[in-house]
Amino acid sequence: MKENKKTYWKGLEQLTNDPEFVKHADKEFPGFKGSNSKAGEGDSSRRDFLKLMGFSLAAASLAACEAPVRKAIPYVNKPVDLDPSIPNYYASTFISGGDYAAIVVKTREGRPIKVDGNDLSSITQGGTSALVESSVLSLYDSQRMKGPQVNGELVEWAAIDAELPAKLRAAGNIKIVSNTILSPSTERAIQQFSEAMGEVELITYDPLSSYGITKASETYFGSNALPTYQFDKAEVIVSFGADFLGTWISPIEFAKQYSKGRKISKQNPEMSRHFQFESNLSLTGANADYRTPIRASQSGLAVLSLYNLLAQNAGSGTVSGGSLELPNLARAADELWAQRGSSIVVSGSNDPNVQIVINAINELLGNHGNTVDFSRPSYFRKGNDERMNQLVTEMNAGSVGGIIFYNCNPVYDFARGSELAEGIAKVKVSVATTETKNETASLVQYITPDHHYLESWNDFYPRRGEYSLSQPTISPLFNTRQAQESLLKWAGINTSYYDFIRENWQGLFDSQETINDFQEFWDRCLYKGVYTEPIAAPSEDESSPAILTPVGDIGTAATALSRDNNDAASGPELVLYAKVGIGSGAYANNPWLQEMPDPISKATWDNYVTVSQKWASDNGLKMQEGATKLANVTANGISITVPVLVQPGQAEGTIGLALGYGRTEAGRVANGVGVNAYPFLDTSKGHVSYDILEGVSIELTAETYRIAQTQTHHTYMGREFVIQEATLEEYKEDASAGRYHPEIYMDGEFVKPSKISLWSGHKYSQHHWGLAIDMNSCTGCSACTVACQVENNVAVVGKQEVLNRREMAWIRIDRYYSSPEGASSNQELEQAADNPEVTFQPMMCQHCNNAPCETVCPVVATTHSSEGLNQMTYNRCIGTRYCANNCPYKVRRFNWFKYHDNKDFAGVNTPQNDDLGKMVLNPDVTVRARGVMEKCSMCVQRIQAGKLSAKRENRKIKDGEINVACAIACPTEALVFGDLNDAQSKVSQLLKIEENTLSANKEVNEERAYHVLEEINVSPNVWYFTKIRNKDKNEA
Amino acid sequence: MQVTSSVREPLVTGGKTYKDVTNDVSRQVEGKPSVTWLLGLAVSVGALLLGSLALVATLWEGIGMWGLNKTVGWAWDITNFVWWVGIGHAGTLISAVLLLFRQKWRTSINRAAEAMTIFAVICAAMFPIIHMGRPWLGAIWALPLPNTYGSLWVNFNSPLLWDVFAISTYFAVSLVFWYIGLIPDFATIRDRAVGIRKTIYGALSFGWDGAARTWMRYESVSLILAGLATPLVLSVHTIVSFDFATSVIPGWHTTIFPPYFVAGAIFSGFAMVLTLMIVTRKAFNLEDYITIGHIELMNIVIIITGSIVGIAYITEFFMAWYSGVAAEQYAFVNRMFGPYWWAYWSMMTCNVISPQLFWFKKIRTSIAATFILSLVVNIGMWFERFVIIVTSLHRDYLPSSWVMFYPTMYDVGIYLFTFGLFFTCFLLFAKFFPVINMAEVKAVLKSSSEKVK
Repeated sequence: MKENKKTYWKGLEQLTNDPEFVKHADKEFPGFKGSNSKAGEGDSSRRDFLKLMGFSLAAASLAACEAPVRKAIPYVNKPVDLDPSIPNYYASTFISGGDYAAIVVKTREGRPIKVDGNDLSSITQGGTSALVESSVLSLYDSQRMKGPQVNGELVEWAAIDAELPAKLRAAGNIKIVSNTILSPSTERAIQQFSEAMGEVELITYDPLSSYGITKASETYFGSNALPTYQFDKAEVIVSFGADFLGTWISPIEFAKQYSKGRKISKQNPEMSRHFQFESNLSLTGANADYRTPIRASQSGLAVLSLYNLLAQNAGSGTVSGGSLELPNLARAADELWAQRGSSIVVSGSNDPNVQIVINAINELLGNHGNTVDFSRPSYFRKGNDERMNQLVTEMNAGSVGGIIFYNCNPVYDFARGSELAEGIAKVKVSVATTETKNETASLVQYITPDHHYLESWNDFYPRRGEYSLSQPTISPLFNTRQAQESLLKWAGINTSYYDFIRENWQGLFDSQETINDFQEFWDRCLYKGVYTEPIAAPSEDESSPAILTPVGDIGTAATALSRDNNDAASGPELVLYAKVGIGSGAYANNPWLQEMPDPISKATWDNYVTVSQKWASDNGLKMQEGATKLANVTANGISITVPVLVQPGQAEGTIGLALGYGRTEAGRVANGVGVNAYPFLDTSKGHVSYDILEGVSIELTAETYRIAQTQTHHTYMGREFVIQEATLEEYKEDASAGRYHPEIYMDGEFVKPSKISLWSGHKYSQHHWGLAIDMNSCTGCSACTVACQVENNVAVVGKQEVLNRREMAWIRIDRYYSSPEGASSNQELEQAADNPEVTFQPMMCQHCNNAPCETVCPVVATTHSSEGLNQMTYNRCIGTRYCANNCPYKVRRFNWFKYHDNKDFAGVNTPQNDDLGKMVLNPDVTVRARGVMEKCSMCVQRIQAGKLSAKRENRKIKDGEINVACAIACPTEALVFGDLNDAQSKVSQLLKIEENTLSANKEVNEERAYHVLEEINVSPNVWYFTKIRNKDKNEA
Repeated sequence: MQVTSSVREPLVTGGKTYKDVTNDVSRQVEGKPSVTWLLGLAVSVGALLLGSLALVATLWEGIGMWGLNKTVGWAWDITNFVWWVGIGHAGTLISAVLLLFRQKWRTSINRAAEAMTIFAVICAAMFPIIHMGRPWLGAIWALPLPNTYGSLWVNFNSPLLWDVFAISTYFAVSLVFWYIGLIPDFATIRDRAVGIRKTIYGALSFGWDGAARTWMRYESVSLILAGLATPLVLSVHTIVSFDFATSVIPGWHTTIFPPYFVAGAIFSGFAMVLTLMIVTRKAFNLEDYITIGHIELMNIVIIITGSIVGIAYITEFFMAWYSGVAAEQYAFVNRMFGPYWWAYWSMMTCNVISPQLFWFKKIRTSIAATFILSLVVNIGMWFERFVIIVTSLHRDYLPSSWVMFYPTMYDVGIYLFTFGLFFTCFLLFAKFFPVINMAEVKAVLKSSSEKVK
């Protein structure tokens, strides 16, 4: 065999065998010179060897340390409009019964995570409320209905569809019970259903009923319309117990309007004057210029007396019975008369007789057509208490064949709920469509769960000429089906509800001329979320003629009022009300709402009976740190045991109790929280009465109880460095009225505190973020606090931790009562006045330029950004809490426990514990670990996102493009965020920052603007505007 | 070169010889543990174990186990920390400052006082670590160590960081000082011991040979360490007081804090030394070494420092009034008449009024009265820190955030834990280490005993 002569060479050098190569051929690292090698060129020394070995070892170890790859599955086919980490926004509509808000839903990677207001809506105008903000969490409530049920067993839709229509037909006499339905397509679907079924009646009631108003309109004008109120056009506002900023009919809209009359500036130093006559201290009463506490039994007579006073002015006839003398009533009458046509009188009473007199008053004042507009009726409340009352009787008589509860819960939230519960058993076929389990659904045979509103198509007609749409922002999470579709299906119509709505909108399309293509029209409407009919169609249906002429006579009403309201009543009167957060209780299972402090009492996770300070001192009750006693409250023959809360401003002789609590079938968050006050409601006069005037008793027991309040000290102790306020007259004379100017003595003269500093000061060369807060506009509604909680993944801690004073809120609204007149000693200042003036002060991290927190952190976990933000680096924080101690505003919040993924908090902190609940978390914000400090970041994630998109588009940031969650949510635009370095920004204009320097300490020329705690010169980036009251003198 | 004066009271009574000193002190180390000692140890270890339940629960669940809240971020934790650090002041003061001032009476008490210092500082140092939300990180990140986080460094502006340096330096110097002093005595015990004990004490005595050169080095090291330790006596509590003084909180933001804290620390430290000494001298029959004279001198220090503290309290009030700052004025009125008035008046009674009783010779030379008053002073000093920390925080600037602080059983449990730790350490020290510095006592014997000439 031939010998293999092949030569393998390692490179061209070897092949050519050039001398240079041969010389180094035996060396492994040719040309490598040892640093201190002297023995010969190319020799490696021992040190070099060690270096190399060290390097290889390090390299090998580093290579071994590679982090494991977590599974991340990319889209195989990415949806066109869906980019990971880029949010999408969809216009939609929030409704809960008749509560309405036009919204924009923010979705991330296909899941809704935040609800903002829709600026395009002429009704809510971009405002939201706590209820609206929190509604996104209800979507991810793992205790929602998982699918259709028959007698408590999960079944398939097909099974129900097969048997239910026949059963309903067989049962006959079908009633559909509902809260107000704002949706015209839903109404048509019900109509289709009734056409198919025959003998179907829709019965509407509202837990917070305004039947009195619609009934009064019917009596007085012959049309049962709910007018459109325009508080912005009113110079004088008089409200008898109507909490129009909190819970009455359309509070977001009213707050928006109201704030327009409350914003003042040097150019426009006029504001509306607001009188409130009420028993409980409501949010609206807290904002009033003049508030008179009255007994519930006086409220009808007070309205009547006002009528008489006005009638005297008008020279028309007075009616008997109205001769009550109340503080401020005569004055209100005079001012109303002076502002005829631009004033408004409203009452929260559900008594049609009271509302008839209100109509007469507004008629007398010429307000109809101006501030009270019947030509554009609203449809927020369509409930008919009397019909609902009859239904309960009919059900118990066994004359109802089938009943469908369309997204309502009358067993819980109707006055005669327990009777109704018994009645359900006597109905042959009972169906509920609610998306969550509730007291009513737990008693029916068939549960056909509806979608959550964020999963639904729907349309709404909240006001004449105004339409809006809601669209799904996520596929249904559970095996639910839209209730309208169910009704259509049972009626034998197989179109989807989406097509059904589009069919209905064909009519709207036809009535306009600007767009020729229906699809384009539809897309445009869907994009905007709202649609306004081009011309206020001259109405032909008799329910709402353009100009109403009074047909009724108020004499009858007056007589009835004098009879029913006995001014000389002696026993306590119970006034039932709804809280701003929980409302009717439909969303009680939402922990954000439960933990939202009530704007007035600052209490969370409870309802309680509110008593006056006088009652408390007469009965020897003194509250300290929420510690109180239980009392037995009896009314309507029902007795319940409930904690007592001493409420300054509560009218003597009255007690208040909130509805919406004491749920038993709402889910694990709400069950057992508080007591159910609905059974106290009185239906004996036909309408549901929220004022119980007779047969009420309250007795303190010896048992103690603690109410979880986030604020237990109620006055501001006369501290001008915290609250600065003045009256309108003072303001007109001197724009800086009420301002407190601390001065510090240095080198022979008094100087402003900002002139003395240890620090050389920051320079902000790019942006300088700041916030201006108008205490005149802030109504205290707390929408901002929930918005912040949603945006920033703020943990819910539950009642016990709130009792331990550890709520996590990044923004809180400090509510201060005034002290009694003439109070000077500390002890006197600690007491609230019996009828206090109230000031709301939103408080969040002040982003101090000389931040006390920053200097004391041993590990630089909290630092100042180059844009004026005080930043918190959670990863670096070791939790010494020194920063929180040294924060003069006490806005820092510590993670005392691990609040996420912890079974101890699973029952309350559902957004951070429950797999489904976690879908609501904002992916741009870290969920904080145990043991770290957190606080308001001024929504730094939004600032960064805004900066990035401007950078990507190679342009400057536009003012308003970046905004913080609290400011967006605020229905009164009390918070204004922006760049202080931008002279054109709204916040700079408001503060009148004249010279636009890059220095951190901006000279602010607006006289009303002040820093809280100016004298310690921490130099905050948040300014407050003095509170101006439109009254003769401040009472504190 | 002892100077003797016939008018001076002898520092050691009972006409002890050098041998007596060795025997009296070594007897405790060599003998079987007494029943009282065993009982004391059992109680201490019991407290330690019981307290450790609270400690473990806190470490496991979080700081939420304590009664702290959004407004009161420090309460028992830092109160206990400052209290223990204060107690830890007496040892170094006695051994270093009195050494420099040639106060020979210190010799019989400095050993135990220094041991007390070290154990107190250990107890104190626990709190800054366990009060952190994330101690597993904080214990490392609070130190200026090179790291891989880029240029991430500690914040030299923060008084908490100054604390880290102050406490660790103080602890290190005190420990070395104490141990150097122990070496000759360990050697004495080694020389008398047999078997395993000889080996252990041999190792502990670092081969001490008692040569003149060794003694000379010993003397100079002691002097140098005394020189180093003396400024520390003043600096530690000064820096601890900066935690409060540099803040913006009314009631904390006060320039008087450094001297006031140092005086308070010496005050409480001496009280604790007295508490321990009175028990030890009785239990170990050391009445001849720790005499009434010692106790009286220490009581005089207590009158002086107690009075300084009292003046400081009054000055604070004057300054609050004089400053014209409303929040500051309120903070002090709130101390006296607010919801925590009882803590304030406990402090005033225990710290300002009760030590004035020592003006009476009968009281300051009475063992029982001294023992009771020393306890009272320590209770008062605990309240002082509680008053400063909690009553200042609970009602600061914004009334909306005013709260009350209520301790939980875990707050109490951890305090109990430190007591258990302290007394366990002290009892072990008393049994196995010479509680009196034999070498130094022998040095002053010439002036005290007829038999030693």
